[in-house]
Formats: sequence, C-alpha cells, structure tokens
Amino acid sequence: MARGSLVRNAASIAGVGCTEFSKHAGRTELQLACESITAALADCGLAPADVDGIVSYTVDPVEETELIRSVGFQEITWSSRVPYGGGGSMGVLLHAASAIASGAADVVVAYRAIRARSGATRFGGAKTSPSPTSGHSGTTAIQWCMPYGILTPASWMALNSVRYMHTFGVTSADIGRGVVQMRDYAATNPAAWFYQRPITLDDHQNSRWIVEPCIHLLDCCQETDGSVALVITSRERARDLPQVPVNIGAASAAGLFEQEIASDHYRGDLSIMEGSVALGRRLFDDTGFSRVDVDVAMIYDAFSPILLMQIEALGFCDFGEAKGFVADGHLRLDGSLPTNTNGGLIGEGYIHGLNLVLEATRQLRGTAVNQVTDARTALVTASRTGAILTVD
Amino acid sequence: MTDAERERPAPVVTDDSAVFWDAATEGRLVAQRCASCGVLRHPPRPMCPHCRSLDVEVVDLAGTGTVYSYAFLHHPQHPAFHYPVFAALVDLDEGVRLATNLTDVAKEDVRIGMRVRVHFAAAAGGTRVPVFRPDDESEVA
Repeated sequence: MARGSLVRNAASIAGVGCTEFSKHAGRTELQLACESITAALADCGLAPADVDGIVSYTVDPVEETELIRSVGFQEITWSSRVPYGGGGSMGVLLHAASAIASGAADVVVAYRAIRARSGATRFGGAKTSPSPTSGHSGTTAIQWCMPYGILTPASWMALNSVRYMHTFGVTSADIGRGVVQMRDYAATNPAAWFYQRPITLDDHQNSRWIVEPCIHLLDCCQETDGSVALVITSRERARDLPQVPVNIGAASAAGLFEQEIASDHYRGDLSIMEGSVALGRRLFDDTGFSRVDVDVAMIYDAFSPILLMQIEALGFCDFGEAKGFVADGHLRLDGSLPTNTNGGLIGEGYIHGLNLVLEATRQLRGTAVNQVTDARTALVTASRTGAILTVD
Repeated sequence: MTDAERERPAPVVTDDSAVFWDAATEGRLVAQRCASCGVLRHPPRPMCPHCRSLDVEVVDLAGTGTVYSYAFLHHPQHPAFHYPVFAALVDLDEGVRLATNLTDVAKEDVRIGMRVRVHFAAAAGGTRVPVFRPDDESEVA
C-alpha cells in the first residue's frame, strides 16, 4: 500500500487570525474570510502582496477569485481545496506544507469562512436537494440518503455511531462524559459559545434526542458563524517573523476506498474509523513521533461519538476502550491527552474544524486560555486529515 | 399536514445512478455487476474498481438482507416524513449495502442483525424507492 502522503518539517504556521464566533454574523462568508485573513497577516507582520498561495476545503462558499480581489492578493501562483469537507480541514496543513516544500508557493493563507447558522443553508438543517454549498464531493449523501429522510450530518454519522456502540457495548452516557469534558473547557474560554455554561452528565442525558440512541442535543457541535485563517510559510522565513513559529512536523491524509464525507456508509466495518487508523499510522508509525509525546490534542468533534472513535483509531487506546479512557480523565488538563482545550467544536463553535488549529497554535505559543503546561507537541486531526505541530 | 399529504421526495437521479432508481420505480432491486470479473457494486459507478472494466451488467437482487445498523431520527423534521424516521443500513445477501428505511416494525423490536426483505415505497413524481420490513422466514444466504 502506498504510504507516501507525508510532508515533514517543511513549513510553519507563522500567523493566525479569526473573527468572533456567533450565531448571526450579519455579514457574508466572503467578508468574514477577509477579516480573519487580514488578522492573520497582521499577526505575523505580512501583507497581502506577500501571499502567493491560498487553500481551503470543500463546502466552503467563498469563491477564490472574489477573495483575491477583496483582500488584494496580487499574484497567486498556487491554490487548492481539500476534499471531504470538515474531514479535510486539517488537510490545509498538508497542502500548504506541500506547496512550500515543492517551491510552488512561499506564503500560503489557509482559511475557512462559514455561516453554519445564519447562512443560506443551516448546517444541521434538513436538506432534500443539493444546495450551492453542498457541491464538490458532498452530493453523495443527497443521492443515497435523501429519499429516506436521512437528511443531516447527525443522521448520516449516527448509522456509524450505532454500529460502534453495538460492537463495543458503548452507551450514550459513556459518550456524554466526553461532552461534559468539552463543556468544562468551553466554560473558561471567553470565545466559546458555551462560555461559563458547564453541564453535568444528567444535563447531557436529559437533553432531547436528535438521533436515538446515539446523539442527544448536547452531543452536537454548534452551528456557528465565523472565520479562521492561518498564514503558513517556510520554517526559515517564519523564524524571522514576530510570532513563535509553529512547525508542521508531519502532515498527512488518508481518504480511503468507498469513503464519503459524513454519509460514510460503504466501508466493511463502520465501528472503527478506518481513515483515522490509516492517518494515525502515517503520523506516528511512519515518522518516529510517539503518541506519548503529544502534549495536547485537537480531535474533530462534530458529534461526540466520533470523538471517542477517533481516540481509538488514532491509537491512544484500544478499540472499544475510549469510554474508559474518557471516564478516567485522560482528556483533562492534567490527563495524559488534554483534548480540545478550547471546548472543541461542541463547546467553542464550529468553524468547520479550523478553529481547532487556532487552538493548537495558541497552546504551542503558550497563550491558550486553558493552557497545557509547557506544551511542545500538538496533534490536530479531523477524521482522515491531520498533522503533528511542534515548537522548538 | 395529514398523512395523505406527506410525499416522500423523489430521488436525485444522475446519469450514473439512474440504473438503480429507475429499476426501483419498476419494483426491482438491482445492483451493477462487473461483466468482466463479476464483482457486485453499490453505489453505481461507471468503472469496476477491482479490474477497471467498463463492461457492466445490471442484475436483480433477492431483496433479502440483514440490518447492519439503524437509527431513529427525531430532529430536525422535514414535512415529507413521519418522525421518528427509521433509518437503517441493510447488508443485502449478495454483499452490497444500502441506506434505507425500516417499515412495519416497532422501535423496540429493531435490532442489528435482524432479517429484512425489500418492498417499495411511493415517492414524488410516481417514483418508488426500496425500503425494508422484518422477514423472519428468510435464511441467511
């Protein structure tokens, strides 16, 4: 099997920027992208004219040409969109590092702008026809699930989650303990939607069913409006810029045969996330990075069952053991794998995953609100894309 | 909305997927089979991913299978459907998997591994789609 998709130590995150995260931004995705990109460039002291590469991922409604003419990029030599929607969110690190390593670009802006709540299409809404933002590789669910009323990301992923719970004897309460942890982190993060609003396991269990028997209301990420942008450049150039450079130590991806974005129903065994298994193998076994070296992890928690499933698939515990791993406190600040310290997509907000890279960068700069002591190595993953970030 | 006014939306049919949905409207459950290496596949696609052959047959399936997973969908609610929606993945005996609905079964009786058989539910525009109900008699193939 080909194992080539791995880029190491070629580039660094030099700047980060974001808008506020809200339920009603009151402005377009294009404007939100402009604002976060401007903030990210200011963060590292670069100008739009320094940028020659741009990358986002599918389901982003921002048109590249409009972004270029709005921000004032002068000459873009390289651009890309990673497939798999939010599952491709961490792929922007692989694509940007690849472009820089190859010489195709020198300074890359990675971005995502979203109006998941107030936009033309609510992300959690019931869709029965392809929407303008469901394009690219996102239309398969509409074809094969829509006539059956299986209309939302929660309902698509639930079919995998129920099989997971059945195979390993996992309960909704087992999953809920992960949600309680995310909400504890969000409670002390002023940028989080659920700032100062922690929950108990009873709150979780008593919230209404979205999909029975695996997804309560409180298992769902927040439909959020906002934008995040990253400025990525060579390690050498990043060292001369004002912020502590966050090195992309390894970046990889694993889009497997028969996979879809969220309606990922056609692999043989849906009780494990095989794309994450392949990703973990590449990021750790192929690099010499060790799982015990990860000081802080960001794991794409669109819905809480996949938080547990990815912890297992990435190799932090055995299959079926994440429920104990979570219950034993390993995700806490003083645990072995502090995870989603911003509150995650469930607690902070859902900028389609990219706010997790923002949080990892803050951790490695030492500026996170829930700071892990002396964090040197961070893992960022979204199902089938991911990276290991380090600071010198 | 009364039950009589609820109408399941018609499938989104593409040139690649029409082979499946057109047969369903005729009351047939089908899959593509590679005419070269004989491997069945679903969802439909133009090339056999195993041998790269473009030669394809469309074969009728027995319509029996096993529930691989299920979920009861409560929110959000779309006016075309009854809630909770009984969603399922069914592994057909020939070896392909479908996303579908379970009918004629109580929530408490739905189990992973239960045997089911196809029937066809009306959808908009005179189309029909394959759905499944319990079938205790059929043997696992």
